[in-house]
Amino acid sequence: MHTDKVFKALADPTRRLLLDMLCENNGQTLGQLCQRLDMTRQSATQHLGILEDANLVSSQRRGREKHHFINPVPLYEVYERWIRKFEHQRLSLLHDLKTELEGKKE
Amino acid sequence: MTREKTSFVYVTYIASTPEKVFDAITNPKIARQYWGHENVSDWTPGSKWSHIRDNDARTVQIVGEVVETTPPNRLVITWAGASEADNPDSYSRVIFEIDPHENGVRLSVSHIELEAGSGMAEGVSEGWPLVLSSLKTYLETGNGFDMSGCSKAA
Repeated sequence: MHTDKVFKALADPTRRLLLDMLCENNGQTLGQLCQRLDMTRQSATQHLGILEDANLVSSQRRGREKHHFINPVPLYEVYERWIRKFEHQRLSLLHDLKTELEGKKE
Repeated sequence: MTREKTSFVYVTYIASTPEKVFDAITNPKIARQYWGHENVSDWTPGSKWSHIRDNDARTVQIVGEVVETTPPNRLVITWAGASEADNPDSYSRVIFEIDPHENGVRLSVSHIELEAGSGMAEGVSEGWPLVLSSLKTYLETGNGFDMSGCSKAA
């Protein structure tokens, strides 16, 4: 259920760009992010809201300013669930192939 | 000269209780199962704590001081590489906040006052997401990730 939100949040180039921007310079405010995006504050706020809802971005208030931080924790869960598993299968296929080919040499 | 500082804030939602999450961070027997490391201290404000790799050498990788302990909701510690323990400028700060959220827990880890671009900043930014993800999996399923190949501090 939560994974759906992660995939949906990632399925948009602007939101992926926002994540890249935070990865480059973590803790930016909405104003700082908007400066580099050709987009209104309102639409940037919406994108950040979707990212926060998916827990890919966390935020902290410091005085009047809200700072945004990239939160890759859910990506590791996706990695564990959707990538490592397949890597493992691929690696064991290679292992089987190697065993098979090397076995035939004898 | 003031060096530029950087911060990270990591959040994960865990189907568990604040007590179990607090214990998983502060109890070495539990931490070693999902972190591959133990956090050792009496957890009294002002006491030292150390982050020790769970191997035969029992390498101390991180040291610091306990700043605040409010079980099961909040823990604040300082953090420096063991080799830099004598340099006051090398210390950053970690704040664990554990709050009930719906039927589980929201765990937030803020790592602040890190020197921007330092090896420590890079190391922890790779380490924390993995540790928190492993902690979540451990508490929800009983199995952490295999951290044996992970030589990084966090």
